[in-house]
Amino acid sequence: MNWFSRLKSGLAKSSAKLGDGIVGIFKGGRKLDSASIGDLEELLIQADLGPATAAKLAAALQKRRFEREVSGDEVRTALAEEIAAILAPAAKPLALDAAKKPHVVLVVGVNGSGKTTTIGKLAQQLRGDGRRVTLAAGDTFRAAAIDQLKIWGERTGCPVVAKQPGADAAGLTFEALEQAKARGDDALLIDTAGRLQNKTELMAELTKIVRVLKKLDASAPHTVLLVLDANIGQNAHAQVEVFKSVAGVTGLAVTKLDGTAKGGVVVALAERFGLPVHAIGVGEGADDLRPFDPQEFARTLVGLG
Amino acid sequence: MFEGLGGKLSAIFDRLTKRGALSESDVGEALREVRVALLEADVALPVVKDFVEKVRVRAVGHEVLKSVTPGQQVIKIVHDALVETLGAEAEPINLRAEPPAIIMMVGLQGSGKTTSSAKLAVWLAKREGKKTLLASLDVRRPAAQEQLRVLGAQAGIATLPIVPGEPPVAIAKRALNTGRLEGYDAVILDTAGRQHIDDALMAEIKEVKAATKPVEILLVADAMTGQDAVTMAKAFHEAVDITGVVLTRVDGDARGGAALSMRAVTGRPIKLMGVGEKLDALEPFHGDRIARRILGMGDVVSLVEKAAETIEREEAEKLAAKLQKGRFDLEDLLSQLRQLKKMGGMSGLLGLLPGVAKVKKQLAGAQIDESVLTRQEAIILSMTKKERVNPDVIQASRKRRIAAGSGTEVSDVNRLLKQFMEMQRVMKQAKKMGAKFGGQMPTPEQMQRLQGQQMPKLPPGFPRGFKF
Ligand SMILES: Nc1nc2c(ncn2[C@@H]2O[C@H](COP(=O)(O)OP(=O)(O)OP(=O)(O)O)[C@@H](O)[C@H]2O)c(=O)[nH]1
Ligand SMILES: Nc1nc2c(ncn2[C@@H]2O[C@H](COP(=O)(O)OP(=O)(O)O)[C@@H](O)[C@H]2O)c(=O)[nH]1
Ligand SMILES: [Mg+2]
Ligand SMILES: [Mg+2]
Repeated sequence: MNWFSRLKSGLAKSSAKLGDGIVGIFKGGRKLDSASIGDLEELLIQADLGPATAAKLAAALQKRRFEREVSGDEVRTALAEEIAAILAPAAKPLALDAAKKPHVVLVVGVNGSGKTTTIGKLAQQLRGDGRRVTLAAGDTFRAAAIDQLKIWGERTGCPVVAKQPGADAAGLTFEALEQAKARGDDALLIDTAGRLQNKTELMAELTKIVRVLKKLDASAPHTVLLVLDANIGQNAHAQVEVFKSVAGVTGLAVTKLDGTAKGGVVVALAERFGLPVHAIGVGEGADDLRPFDPQEFARTLVGLG
Repeated sequence: MFEGLGGKLSAIFDRLTKRGALSESDVGEALREVRVALLEADVALPVVKDFVEKVRVRAVGHEVLKSVTPGQQVIKIVHDALVETLGAEAEPINLRAEPPAIIMMVGLQGSGKTTSSAKLAVWLAKREGKKTLLASLDVRRPAAQEQLRVLGAQAGIATLPIVPGEPPVAIAKRALNTGRLEGYDAVILDTAGRQHIDDALMAEIKEVKAATKPVEILLVADAMTGQDAVTMAKAFHEAVDITGVVLTRVDGDARGGAALSMRAVTGRPIKLMGVGEKLDALEPFHGDRIARRILGMGDVVSLVEKAAETIEREEAEKLAAKLQKGRFDLEDLLSQLRQLKKMGGMSGLLGLLPGVAKVKKQLAGAQIDESVLTRQEAIILSMTKKERVNPDVIQASRKRRIAAGSGTEVSDVNRLLKQFMEMQRVMKQAKKMGAKFGGQMPTPEQMQRLQGQQMPKLPPGFPRGFKF
């Protein structure tokens, strides 16, 4: 127990956010030498960028060769620029293909990441743009998941295609697409049950949903959105990798950025997978969806936000 | 004299070449690797730093087992320290309160509170026969109360009837009242997910706490949480003084470093882990399982454990062979004493002896004066090789020399010798016994029976009142 108290006092010092940390390291100006770069690397690790990406970024910063002593703000700004450069290609809002009636968006992810809420928010946004949207209650597994989506349907004025709990998700999806097609909707947003990427059977269910959609529209789904919680650590790598190969993920959404976790792993993901980040979630309300802005995201990560 | 010194030195070198001790550079090298492994497993950086330093101190100078490399030995030490920190055995859910015992679940959005609430109710009902009431205070997430109601219905657990529009604190009070009036043993309060920086919502759980005085406040957190686990856990702990953690989605393939972060920053035990979406997928926390995962070097840990087992077995076999031949000298006693010190106590040594596995447990909790071991070791080390093999030659003058050499009194030497003689007598008895059983070593039961009759007075290091 002794080291808990020691650790606690240590944490009080070091759990300060990344930005404060950088200010601390470069207080009163400091050369960018191997020691200060090492410290910087640690701070990036604390923001979930992961040891490898952190090392790479720190090295990139060192290449800038600040000849003189630098201030914390200068370092933060430089770091934010490096990060934003990595993220820049990822800034692509979800654009509906007007030729598709409907544009099918399949929303996938691990349990509790924010899929259903993100669908509600997306529906709200699309409705605001005057689009006609149908929601499909593809989570037939989790208790009250259908009711949850139905409430979002009411809130946003979108029809919800649903069956009874326990129904086959692929069958439900097929019917939903049929209905949306018949109505000539602009978008069909499909909710799915949360699943962990290491559960092969559950992942196979996603393959089935995709296969069934293709029977009605060979080009569907047009967007496969993987929803990631900003609190996620390095397991995000495995999530993107597996969901991408099984369900053909085409883009990401990052939720819960209204907390203290800033989703730093997204930087590493952008480098590795090059997937667009279509939107970010900043709250539980219908209007709490924002476009992904690399500059802002990067600045928030380093505490300049 | 020379013979004695030579024997002592050769014994020391023997040990060094065979086993050696971990040098600072061995440890440093291995710990760099460990550090990255922990960070990749999402253990928060300040926790990693502190942990690594703690292990460094422990590892330098530690013996390396035969057939493993220093690096592997360090990893095993890290693993053991991880298990120790995480808690090897799960701490039970506390229901010690005037019924109903209130259990409040708190945590971030989507961490698994509702599912875990229902799982815990099933757990309490099935394992402990407790009549449990579930109540949802989540008026924010659409259909959250309905979710808990459905789960309760599925599992046959009562849920507090939903009153639309009722605020969380009022729901909590009604749950408490219902629990009292209807004779529930426990009431589980499922709360809405919240961000720890949301002051209004954090105030709400404080109010619920004040109104219901829970015996358990469990922080429900996802095993795949990243570095922010420290900030989050600390904030919840500061707000409501959590009593434990429930780690969810352990059925995933996340390394689970957040478990260590949260344990370290709150000092609270991880009590349960969720291992699936079904309501029976709840388990007591297994520190060992999570430690291996966090470290991600389970193979190495197994390898070192196997090496340790082999050595234990070899030594046990050697000792058994000696017992069988009725030959047991002070050299053997010395190696036992050392083994004993290395293993950190009597219980470890006794585990090596056939027939005493059972008493090992009894001993584990007992206080043993380990300084006695050091004194006895010193006495034997001050003897010549000849004296050790044939203690009969130790007469008065030799005793004085040995006592002086080991910084003890002649009476200490006498005591040790007397104990040794008595041990030897038991060994001989055991041998005879073995002959009776067809030349085989007696079974543990026979051995215990024998010891029960014949056991000499125990060495002074044994706990008082201890009986075989
Ligand atoms: N603070 C915050 N909470 C969010 C955000 N997005 C979702 N949530 C909350 O996170 C919780 C889980 O969200 P859901 O949308 O139900 O997540 P899901 O992925 O559909 O969950 P399952 O269907 O259970 O796998 C809910 O309490 C949401 O209100 C966000 O951007 N910020
Ligand atoms: N695989 C798995 N899923 C879980 C576990 N615990 C909860 N879940 C799922 O995580 C999601 C969110 O859980 P929920 O209890 O609603 O979280 P809450 O928002 O904190 O109340 C649901 O889909 C649950 O089925 C677990 O231990 N393993
Ligand atoms: Mg959902
Ligand atoms: Mg809930």
